[in-house]
Formats: sequence, C-alpha cells, structure tokens
Amino acid sequence: MIISPAFSSTLPLALVASSLLPGLIIFALAEESVRLRTALNLLGALSKLLLVALMLWGVYHDAAFETRFELLPGLPLILRADALSLLFITLSAQLWFLTTIYAVGYLEESPHRSRFFGFFSLCVTATVGVAMAGNLLTFILFYEMLTLSTYPLVVHRGTPVARRAGEAYLLYTVLGGVLLLLGAVWLYTLTGTLEFRPQGIVSDLDVGDHKALIIIFVLLMGGLGVKAALLPLHGWLPKAMVAPAPVSALLHAVAVVKAGAFGIVRVVYDIFGIQFAATLGVMMPLAWLASATIIYGSVRALFQDDLKRRLAYSTVSQVSYIALGVALVGPIASVGGLVHLVHQGLMKITLFFCAGNLAETLGIHRISEMNGVARRMPWTMAAFTVASLGMIGVPPVAGFISKWYLGLGAMEVGADWVLLVLAGSSALNALYFLPILYRAWFLEPEGDWPQERHYPRAETSLALLIPPVITASLALAAGLLASVPFSPQEWAKLVVVREFLDP
Amino acid sequence: MSGVSLLVQPVWLILLPLVGSIMVFLLASRRAAVGVAVVAGNLALVAGSIGRLGITGPWQHSVGGWGAPLGIDLYLDGLSATMLAMTALVSLGISAYSAAYFSAAAARHFWPLWLLLLTAMNALFLSRDLFNLYVTLELVGIAAVALTAMRGQREALVAAMRYLLTTLLGSMSYLLGVALLYHSTGSVDMVLVGEAPIPASVAAAAFALMAVGLLLKTALFPFHFWLPGAHSSASAPVSAALSALVVKVGFYILLRLWIEVFPALGDGVAWLLGILGGVAVLWGSLQAILQQRAKMLVAYSTVAQLGYFFLALPLVAAGGSRVWGAIVLLVIAHALAKAAMFMAAGNLLAFAGHDRIRDLDRVVQRMPLTAAALGLAGVSIMGLPPSGGFSGKWLLLQASLEQGNWPIALVLLLGGVLAAVYVFKLLEHIFTSGTPLGEPRAVARTMEWAPLMLAIGAIVLGFLATTTLDFLIIGEPFVPGRRDDY
Amino acid sequence: MTPAQLYALVGIGLFFVGLYALGVRQHLLPRILALNIMGSGVFVVLVALARRSDGVDPVPHAMVITGIVVAVSATALALRLMLRVAHATGSATLTDTGDE
Repeated sequence: MIISPAFSSTLPLALVASSLLPGLIIFALAEESVRLRTALNLLGALSKLLLVALMLWGVYHDAAFETRFELLPGLPLILRADALSLLFITLSAQLWFLTTIYAVGYLEESPHRSRFFGFFSLCVTATVGVAMAGNLLTFILFYEMLTLSTYPLVVHRGTPVARRAGEAYLLYTVLGGVLLLLGAVWLYTLTGTLEFRPQGIVSDLDVGDHKALIIIFVLLMGGLGVKAALLPLHGWLPKAMVAPAPVSALLHAVAVVKAGAFGIVRVVYDIFGIQFAATLGVMMPLAWLASATIIYGSVRALFQDDLKRRLAYSTVSQVSYIALGVALVGPIASVGGLVHLVHQGLMKITLFFCAGNLAETLGIHRISEMNGVARRMPWTMAAFTVASLGMIGVPPVAGFISKWYLGLGAMEVGADWVLLVLAGSSALNALYFLPILYRAWFLEPEGDWPQERHYPRAETSLALLIPPVITASLALAAGLLASVPFSPQEWAKLVVVREFLDP
Repeated sequence: MSGVSLLVQPVWLILLPLVGSIMVFLLASRRAAVGVAVVAGNLALVAGSIGRLGITGPWQHSVGGWGAPLGIDLYLDGLSATMLAMTALVSLGISAYSAAYFSAAAARHFWPLWLLLLTAMNALFLSRDLFNLYVTLELVGIAAVALTAMRGQREALVAAMRYLLTTLLGSMSYLLGVALLYHSTGSVDMVLVGEAPIPASVAAAAFALMAVGLLLKTALFPFHFWLPGAHSSASAPVSAALSALVVKVGFYILLRLWIEVFPALGDGVAWLLGILGGVAVLWGSLQAILQQRAKMLVAYSTVAQLGYFFLALPLVAAGGSRVWGAIVLLVIAHALAKAAMFMAAGNLLAFAGHDRIRDLDRVVQRMPLTAAALGLAGVSIMGLPPSGGFSGKWLLLQASLEQGNWPIALVLLLGGVLAAVYVFKLLEHIFTSGTPLGEPRAVARTMEWAPLMLAIGAIVLGFLATTTLDFLIIGEPFVPGRRDDY
Repeated sequence: MTPAQLYALVGIGLFFVGLYALGVRQHLLPRILALNIMGSGVFVVLVALARRSDGVDPVPHAMVITGIVVAVSATALALRLMLRVAHATGSATLTDTGDE
C-alpha cells in the first residue's frame, strides 16, 4: 500500500492528539457543561477508533507510520506503529470508548467530573503513547505520564483512604520509575541507542557486557513489573481499589497493568531480542516469577470477600500470563501471552463494569451480599458469568484460547511444569469465581439490597449496562471467531511471525 | 549603524530596567503598569540580542567607547544570553503576578527595588571582569535583601538581616580573592587572568576565598542556613525571584571562574563541591519532607535543587560542555519551576490565610490553575518526563554512568525519589480535604495564570533541550579563553 | 619586606579581625562594623598591591573608590535594617528567632 510520507508521520501524532486535546479542553470546562463534555469525550474516542482502524489496515499491509522529534541530543522521541503496538492500541481505543460511556453514566451527578474526564483522557493518551513508543526514552516518557495522570484518578474521592491508596500507588510507581530510568540510561551508555528493533539492539555487544546486561534486564523488569503487578511488586493494586469503578476498570484492563505487561513484551522482544534474552539466561527466572505470581494472586483472591479486591488479586494473577507467554521463548507460547493482553482486557473490564453496576444499583460491595442478585440484574450477571468463565478458561470464551496456546507453547519448548501452573491456576480461578456465580444464580436473595436504586428502562442505567454486555460479547467473539482475520489471535500470530521468523 | 542594531546593544539591557527603576520610584501611580511594561521591554531586548547572537555570533561592547582596563566591557555569548533569557522570562511571570499581588502602598517599595534587581542581574550576566562581577553581585544582594525586608514582618526582617550579613561577608571574601588575583596578574579580565601564570598558592587562596564567598550566596550546604528563612518569609513574588534567580547568579560566576580563571583545578576541589552538593540534595530534600508549611517546603526544595548543580562538578572534567549544558538546563528548569511553585504557594497563602500543608483543603477544586501550576512545576522538580528537569537529569545520569561514577548516579536517583515524596506531600493535600479554617479569599486571575505559564515553560523546556544546548555553546563559553575570537 | 607588602599583610589582618568579630559578636552594630573593617582590609590590600616596579597602577584605586561607594550603601541598608529589627523584636540581635 502506498501512503504519503506526510500522512504516515501525522497519523501517530493525530492518534495521540485525539485524546490529548479533548482532555485539555475538558479541564477548562465548567462542571455543568455535561453535554459539551460528553460530546468531546465521545468525539475523541470515536475519532481515535477511526484512526486506529486506518492504521490497522496500513500496518497489516506493511506500511510504516513514524514520527520523530529530537528530544535529547542523539535521543529522539519516536512514535511508531507496528503490529505489536496496534494490538495494544486497538484494545485501548475500543475499551476507552466503552469506558467513557460507562463513566458518563457512573459519575452522573457526582462532583468534579471535568477533572475526572480530563485526567481520564490524559491517561488514555499516555497509554497510546506507551503503545506507540519507538524507543525506550519515549516509552519512559509516556509511562511516567501514565503514573501522573492516574494518580488524581486514584485519589479522586478525596478521602483519607483514597489518599493512602494514592501514597501506596506512588511509592511503588515512583520507585519503579527510578529502576526503569537507571536501566535505560545504563543501557544507552552501552549501546548508544534505545530504539526498539526486531531481534533487539544488544545482541552484538561484547561478552564482557553480558553481566551488565543481566543487571539492566533485572532493573527494567523491576520498573515494568511494578505496573504489571509482578510478585512482589503488586502491593499497590488491591489498595487502589478505592477508586471509582471506571478507574478500576481502566487501571486493570487497559492502562496501567497493561502498560507494564506491554513494556515487558517490548523490552524482551525489541531491546534484548527474545533469542538473545534466552541465551543470557534471564527468561527462565522470569517464567518462574510469572508462574509464582499467577498462583499467588489466585490464592489471595480466594480469601477476599470484597468483590473488587477479589477481582484485583485475580488481575495480579492473570496479567502474569502475558509475561509467562513471552518468557517461555517459543512462538506458540508467545501467541498465548500476547493474545491474553487483549483477552484479559476484555474479560477483566467486563468484571469491573459489573462490579460497578452492583455497587451503583444495589449498593453491593461484598460477595456475601450477592445471593440471588442475578434475578434482579440478569444482564449484568450474564456478562459477569461469561467473563468469569473466560477467566477460568472454559471454551469457547477468549480465555480458553490464551490458555490453550500457553499450554501448547510450554510443551513445544519442553517446559511441562507450566502445564501444572496452568491447571492449578484454572482450578483456583474456578474456586473463586464459581461460588460467586452459584450465589448469584441459584441462591435466594436475603431480603432487601443494601442501597437499591430503580431505573425505568432496564435493571440499571443503560450507560452502565451496555458497555459490559458489549465487552462480554467481544470476549465471547474473540474466542468463537479466533481464526477470523484481524481477530486478536490472528493479530498476535502476525506479531509473532514478524518477531520470530522475519530476519 | 541602523536603528535596530543600535537597539540590540547589550547596554540597553542595563539602561532600560535602570531607567525604569528610577521612573517607578518617581511616579505617583501606575507603578505596576510601567513596571510590567519595562520587564516586557527587557524580554523584547533579550529576544533581539538572541536573534543577533544567532546571526553574528558572540560579541563585545565597550560602554561609552572606553575599553578595558579603565572602561567597562560587556560580553554576550550563548551562556550569558541563556541566563538573560531565563531571567527575562521568569521576571515577566513574577511581574505579572506582582501587579496583582501588591497593594498600592507596597508597590511603591516593590517596583523600584525589583527593577533595580533586574538591572543588577542583567549587568552581572553581561560582565566578564572580576571586579564588575563584584559590583553587580553586591547590587543584586542589596536589592534582594531590601526586597526580603519589604514585607516588614518580624520574621522577614530578621531573615533579611541574616541574609544581608551573609551576602556582605560573601562579597568581602570574593573581593579579597579578586585582590589577590589582581596582584598576581595585573588584570581583572577573566580571560587575561586565566591565561596569566599564577603561583599555585595564590591561585588556591584566591579560589578558596572567591568560592566560599559565592557558595555563601548560592546557599550550598552547609552555607544554606540563611536561605529557608529568607525565602519563606518574603512575600510570594520576592520568594520566587530569590529562589529562581538570585541564588543562581553566584553559581553563574562560579561556573565562569571554574572555566576561565581556574581551568587547572584538581579533582579534589570538584569532589569536595560534589560531595557538598550531594549532601545538599539529600539533606535539603529530607528537610523539605519534614516541613509543615508549604513555603518552607518549597524553600528547602531550593536547597536540595541547588545541590544538583554542584553534584555534577566532578563530571565536568571528563564530560566537558555536555555536562555543563546539562547543569545549565537544570538551572533554567529550576528557575521556571521554582518561581511557579513559590507563586502558587503564595496563592495558597493568600487564599486560605495560612500555608499549613495539613490544612490545605481541596485546593485543586477551588483553584485548579494554581493546583495545575504546582503539579507541573513538581513534575520538573521531580525530574519526570517531559520537562527541563528530566532532560537535565537524564544527561547527568548518562554522563555519570559513562564515567562509571556510581555515587553521583545514585544521588541523582535518590534525590528524584525524595523530591517525589515532598512534592506529593503537597499535592496529596490539595487533592484531599483538610479542616477549613476561616473564609477563603479570592485570588486574582493573573496570580493564577502567571505561575501556570512558568510551570508550562518548565515542561516545554523538556522539548527544547536540544535547541537550548545548541544555543548555549555559541561562542564556546565552556572552553577556556575562547573570547579572543570575538 | 617592602612597605607595600606590609600594608597588604595589615589589610589581610584587618580582614580576619573583622571576620572574627562577625563570628563572635551577637549585637548587630558590631557585626556591621566588622563587615566594614573587613571591607577596609580588602581595600588596603588592593591599594597596597597597586604599587608596582614601574610606578603606580591606577586601576585598583578606581576599584577601591567604587568599592567604598558600594560599601557605604550596603552599610546604610544594614543600619536601617538593624533599627527595624531592633524595633520589631526588641533586641538588635539575631539570636531570638525561631526559624532556624
């Protein structure tokens, strides 16, 4: 496909601007201008979707989209779209659109909405920047911007609890940022470039530098692991649950944890190069760490009665599937890990939307209060059910595809122990999700709901109901139609083919 | 000579604010309007000088046609122009803020002194002879002390007195050093002094005297004792000027001396100052974290941030102009961010009637622009991207790792973490609720916009880092003796 | 030792006498005077060292005159400030502040 150079360099900028500009304008809006704000939000989200579609088509046909700007001497700011970035951008653009609708409904009548949506847009801008970062400097720039723009969302409610959650969040992310910075600068002094390239930039370094490279790898993983909630850097995530539901959805499914997981993929693939990372001997420890996080998160989830906390620990566990898939160093496992980036996003955002619906409509926050809730809110719980079955790995929901590829990939590289991890984790997933489903569908309600609100048209407001139904359907579709072109699975295969097979 | 090129002579940069200072002193009203106009004119003149510098390169101007040694020569290269530009920009922000901040009675005192301070700083950045630097440095000190005392409260007076004694002591120490150098070299011109053979013992004594004098004025740990009191008790625009600009002039002179006059300084001196800088970073940050009042927190943050300039000195021997460039980037970033922070803190004080951090009550809701200014300035102070603070720190970190200098790298990183702690200590309380005390008073719009614009400037500097670094080396200010080529 | 060197040494001596007084005295008036003595010491050094083998160098004299002007204004400011401090705190010292 032939595209003009001007177009190819403008498109990445336009993609960033499509959420940055609405965000900045929204900050300036008065609290009362609900319509204008909503219009701006939706306009931004829709134009982003459109731009992403354009870009998807272009990248599929091997077009290059790149913008450069000299930020530091010899170190440009690069925004570039390749197959891997589009996997993440497409996910975030879609989910941003749905979360915006959800948030408009969720925050109706609540104070400080201009501020909320302003930071919300900045957060998505940062996510898109992370996805399109063409070198580690650009990545860090947007990664830190993500930290800064999510902080006000975490403390949005302004209570002392929110302040403490914000402190915990900052403690982890700031320290993570320091590790990342040190690793990046050190790497730069060795290589003289930080550009992301297929097969990495470090493989021709002297053997004498390998020790330094291992330390740099650990530093970078430390910095990225904080956001990806790798053990033992996950402590902030359950605490951040005090934030409003759309924020939790965003933190868990789209922006923050995914930026960390995506960063791990980027660093392994395009800084170290997966084969070289394997010869350095750093991939197996990463696989072990990811496995430990998977099991640990699931076990902790088992003992939470607070619904959002249970979901939070579930996130800790599920996000590490992505790292695990990459760390196994095989094309099939990589497909499993990458595709889970999308699948986990779709499923987890559904779960958080549903949890928000329960809290907003019925005042339910605890699992022990959920008896019979499916009779009152069948659509919400149907979506919840689809997503939790997907998390467990029941076919044909998307989560099954991820686990299938991970299992196959593990056998391909001879890491059979991973099958035990997968089986154990699935069993634990079942143990903490199925009782919820049982309560919701089969037990009798125990009297009145804590704080019930009635809506004329459906079980809850439509703005709250439609997004989870759509994301649940998408999660189902991603599993059923896994082999259709442009499905997450097929796109993940494209990424893997370009990383493993192309020279 | 055409009219335009006559106007871009550097001498106007001294005459305009000087005449302006006398004018606002004599005026009975409209002081603020005239003052802001003069500062805006100053910015235009600086812009003109920068334009000419880009076209013709660095140049020299003998005031009144009298050359050195009896007359006064003014010089302009990339470094002086950068410092002038920084001063002009920050001054404009401070002036816009001050126009709304001061009552008519206070304006009578503020504007003449403020324009005099600007005159002195401009003259200082244009001077390249040791004695002129003394005179201008003393003028800066006197104007700054008078501005500090202007508020008239007990703490302000005591802090100003301590500041005055310190700054006079510093000048005396510096001047004795100049006398020793003059005796050995027969000149006060920096380049000539630098090229002349100086006995090692004289050079050591002169450097020690001059350095101690300048460090006193720059408030490098442990000479910072006067700074938190003076910077926190002055009125907000004055605090901004003191922290953003005045402390920098001492460092600027030290930088020039380091390069031109004492190029042969050993590693020991660099390390000594580097260690003091490192301690300043850590000590200042810890003190900032412990403060209960916003202005004190911001003042201790200055102590910490000044430390970075010295922390990097052990790197310059091997790193050359790139490290100097990074330091100057940090100087500019700090000037913009700290002026914004002090003015924002002034808004908190004017709004709530107090600046106790614990009781700042959801400021972000009531003064979103001020909160944004604090946040953006904080980004640069913490050294997070994109900002001038980040670019400077990245370059220093890079230089320290290239040279295998791990202690400096670690202090740089640790300083960033500690800065995050104190910046967010402030930010988290403006996001959450405290106990409202008394009725809040409205703050003028310009007082909200001025700090925000400066804070945005600190962010934008991150994107202009390469441009700034390229501009800075016009005339090769970081290479000794290059002025012969003018 | 030439007379010029002697004068220079005396100047340096004055400088340190002033420094000592500035350090040990509490009352502001002697401290301001101490700074003046330090200044005089420096001026003596400058003038003394102006004498060279080939005559007298005029430049240091110009410097000293400038320096005296600067010192006078600084002293005027210091004295006025001292009075304000004494008025506000009840004593002309810096010891009673709580801001350290």
